[in-house]
Amino acid sequence: MKRIYMDHSATTHVDPKVLEAMLPYFAEKFGNASSLHSYGQEASEALSLSREQVAQTLGAQPTEIIFTSGGTESDNMAIKGAAYMCSSKGRHIITSVIEHPAVLRTCEQLEKEGFEVTYVPVDRDGIVDLQFLEDSIKEETILISIMHANNEIGTIQPITEISKLIEGKGIILHTDAVQSVGKIPTDVNELGVDMLSISSHKIYGPKGVGALYMRDGINILPLLQGGGHERGLRPGTENIPGIVGFAKAMSIAHENLEHDSRHMEHLRDSMIKKICGKIPHAKLNGHEKKRLPNNVNMSFKYVEGESLLMLLDMKGVAVSTGSACSSKSQKASHVLSAIDPGVDYIHGSLRFTLGKENTMEEVDIVVDLLEEAVIKLRQMSPFGEDI
Amino acid sequence: MYSKKLLEEFTNPKNVGIIENADGVGQLGNPADGDVITIYIKVKNGILEDVKFKAFGCAAAIATSSMVTQMAKGRTIEEAMHITKEDVAEALGGLPPGKMDCSNFAPDTLRVAIEDYQKKNKV
Ligand SMILES: Cc1ncc(COP(=O)(O)O)c(C=O)c1O
Ligand code: FES
Repeated sequence: MKRIYMDHSATTHVDPKVLEAMLPYFAEKFGNASSLHSYGQEASEALSLSREQVAQTLGAQPTEIIFTSGGTESDNMAIKGAAYMCSSKGRHIITSVIEHPAVLRTCEQLEKEGFEVTYVPVDRDGIVDLQFLEDSIKEETILISIMHANNEIGTIQPITEISKLIEGKGIILHTDAVQSVGKIPTDVNELGVDMLSISSHKIYGPKGVGALYMRDGINILPLLQGGGHERGLRPGTENIPGIVGFAKAMSIAHENLEHDSRHMEHLRDSMIKKICGKIPHAKLNGHEKKRLPNNVNMSFKYVEGESLLMLLDMKGVAVSTGSACSSKSQKASHVLSAIDPGVDYIHGSLRFTLGKENTMEEVDIVVDLLEEAVIKLRQMSPFGEDI
Repeated sequence: MYSKKLLEEFTNPKNVGIIENADGVGQLGNPADGDVITIYIKVKNGILEDVKFKAFGCAAAIATSSMVTQMAKGRTIEEAMHITKEDVAEALGGLPPGKMDCSNFAPDTLRVAIEDYQKKNKV
């Protein structure tokens, strides 16, 4: 059976060129970048070069890049690090209701520690309410963390507008750009952010590595104590093969950004159109245009998302769902709940996230299999008869 | 992860449908929670002659519904009342830990259908 992968927002395969760049750094150039000898120098040169590459793709300075273990760590580091550093100035943080758990759970933890957090709602299209955000700002506000693009419904948030809103107010602006990097432009100066989280495994790099961009002049308290690595902000012997691979992946993504995103956008729009044409009572979740070029998130009335996912998996198609049945522990996704597609749709969502190598032929196959699966489940559904 | 047996049952469920003029109907769950099961029974001489279901829910909800209808068919009302979630889970080669709650759902719905029959017939 030919398998089709359309879950690139979960993770991606490692690009062969990335793997090739990494290989020498496992057994051959295995040095510790802190060592003074030639082995150490090899590693330290690779580290510097990687830092320059990553900085360049973001329009940043190399000194502004801190390598981490990935998106989760970068989010934790940015939010907790800034909150602890600025707590004498104020203890109010603003974020949104549709953030990734790496941000939401971190903010909840800070609430337990005495910080106050405002969760900005989104409109029906999944875009944060700017007016609400502006009205939430107060004297004690020290940090705003709003994701650049949402991982479930792909909606792109108005980060540049937010940065203009808070200009001169001395509030730190962080964005989780884990899903947007490599798919839409993420120049830190155009966005006007102070901190930005990136993860390597979403952009055809290896897992377990990423970075936090931190603007010159911003200070945070490190979460870990140890040696002086990463300017003491993230101690621990650097994961050189991972960092080299991550930097290579960033470079490739940056170079091909326009080409790849145009390709995926074409597939995306065509897929949405085909699904709506073939399957009655299908609904797009999230803004039609202000969304990642690779995200197709749709709900199907009277069908439950997990069973739809399983049927597609049996046919070799890998997708994901934001909906889990809420009997007891499992709840509908917080993102779908926030945009509220209605009770008949909320549990029937499916997320297709395209990759640069997906083809129109694959889109057509997947749409046909999807139609088949939806019909099958609607025939089984106690509500399905009237459609 | 789901067992092979459960996935097989989920992809090829048995006894899907409605019984017109059923002797008992049970329904549990609601669309807002993401799962609803309806079970229809036909009873003759205290035996479940026919059992059918419709389900909206996860793969486990559909597979357990299918399994419980097969286990109940041909049994006495008394026997069918006592089908447990463990019986159903075992027949499906086990359920993933997070899904044990769903397995309650189909046998409970069957019991509601039987109670509906008993109420209607004042048994
Ligand atoms: C928006 C967003 N933030 C953070 C993360 C976490 O990244 P990582 O898996 O590298 O920890 C993810 C990955 O699922 C994500 O989609
Ligand atoms: S019936 Fe709800 S998760 Fe299975």
